[in-house]
Amino acid sequence: MAKITYIEFNGKEHVVDVKPGLSVMEGAVKNNIPGIDADCGGACACATCHVYVDPAWIDKTGSQSAMEESMLDFAENVEPNSRLSCQIKVSDALDGLVVRMPQSQH
Amino acid sequence: MSGTGAGVVIIGAGHAGGTAAAQLRQFGYEGPITVVGEEPIAPYQRPPLSKAWLKGEADADALALRPDSFYVEEHIALRLNARAARLDRRAKTVTLETGETLPYDKLILATGARARRLELPGADLAGVQVLRSAADAEELKLALGPGKRLAVVGGGYIGLEAAASARALGAEAVVLEALPRILARSSCEVLSDFFTAYHKAHGVDFELGVTITGFEGAGGKVTGVRLADGRVIACDAAVIGIGILPNEELARDAGLECANGVVVDEHARTADPDIYAIGDVTRRPLPLYARMHRLESVANALEQAKQAAAAIAGRPAPAHEVTWNWSDQYDVKLQLAGVAFDADELLVRGNPAGAKFAVFHMKGPVVRAVEAVNAPAEFMAGKILIGSQKPIDRAKLADVTVSMKEVAAG
Repeated sequence: MAKITYIEFNGKEHVVDVKPGLSVMEGAVKNNIPGIDADCGGACACATCHVYVDPAWIDKTGSQSAMEESMLDFAENVEPNSRLSCQIKVSDALDGLVVRMPQSQH
Repeated sequence: MSGTGAGVVIIGAGHAGGTAAAQLRQFGYEGPITVVGEEPIAPYQRPPLSKAWLKGEADADALALRPDSFYVEEHIALRLNARAARLDRRAKTVTLETGETLPYDKLILATGARARRLELPGADLAGVQVLRSAADAEELKLALGPGKRLAVVGGGYIGLEAAASARALGAEAVVLEALPRILARSSCEVLSDFFTAYHKAHGVDFELGVTITGFEGAGGKVTGVRLADGRVIACDAAVIGIGILPNEELARDAGLECANGVVVDEHARTADPDIYAIGDVTRRPLPLYARMHRLESVANALEQAKQAAAAIAGRPAPAHEVTWNWSDQYDVKLQLAGVAFDADELLVRGNPAGAKFAVFHMKGPVVRAVEAVNAPAEFMAGKILIGSQKPIDRAKLADVTVSMKEVAAG
């Protein structure tokens, strides 16, 4: 299990254990954490699971695919540490990961 | 909260109904919420049933819209394996098939749609099926594998996704379509040609412009599809993907206006102020296109779930969204936005032969719809442009060396 901290836009923290193999998006949805909509259910088709990866974890979460990068290009409030959380696969190496949610996914 | 304390009853536990329940809580609604669903499982996502799930890339757990704990924690009563038989709008009750009566303050109809079936000889043979529910998908998956052959009746998105998934599982696939091209009902010819070629390159056979007269079988199980020209297309399973019909009977029998869908306004409300309808079952206004239409998509279900929940919870109406959808076939990601109403020009950006392009449906200088193949920037920018209705430079749009950011900036 990997411990992941999800921080809502209003600052509320949720610390949960997520099974390796799931995506960071699924970790939020399965633990009833608000702030990640994931309208397409993880198909990288909608850009509504946008998160900001804590700077300390950017290397470990990997890089954006070309698809993801193009989707994020047109999302709102994108920062250099923006990712689509459906595209980050949880592994033991991400134990301790911290992600923050934007104000809105729409 | 006004009302008798009976709360909100949601009929239908699909993507729309499940989302409406969750949105009501998110919007601060504190009354009782009951979700009535015919299927034995909690609300789940249907899109993967013909895509990732069918290929074995997603499990049942991944299909669930929310974990079971969600409904417990949020005090949402799930009444599964239950079917609503009738509404009494005067008494404000729903009667289930068991005879049990549920009172409501507000009712949300999220009864969805059902797959159209073929009333032809042999359609009741084992192995002839539709693909709509998790149970349908389970049945289909069992029939696929190396050495098997799937006949897909209907060249629409569901059928094409099933064909692609069958190939991924090692089965052969043949698509039978009554019209001269696939995707004729929903998409432009450029897209039809692209997907026909792409599927052929992946070993799928096509029989276009054919009429099916029935199914052949042996021992009660399908062995082939009979065509009007006398041929029999051999298969081990046949999946019928010829569209869906709205489950509007409950509403119609209660005197609510239906016209290929339960008629609702921009708040997802019917003419009865206490009854809303959301998702595939509705005929709804499309403000961008100034007309009523029935949409079949997750995006529509989510948007209307939000509209109904906001209205019931006394929240401001959410902003209108540009409708969108997607399809996964092989390594192709198709993303669609808008509806191609009133378009007078098709503009292709990129090269279909390179499997990375987008078709823009234009009305003069305004984008009405976009079909994007492996082209996420075109989809995202197109969706924004459809919503803004901002006139753009068509020559720039057709030129792939001009970025979509620049096109959108005008």
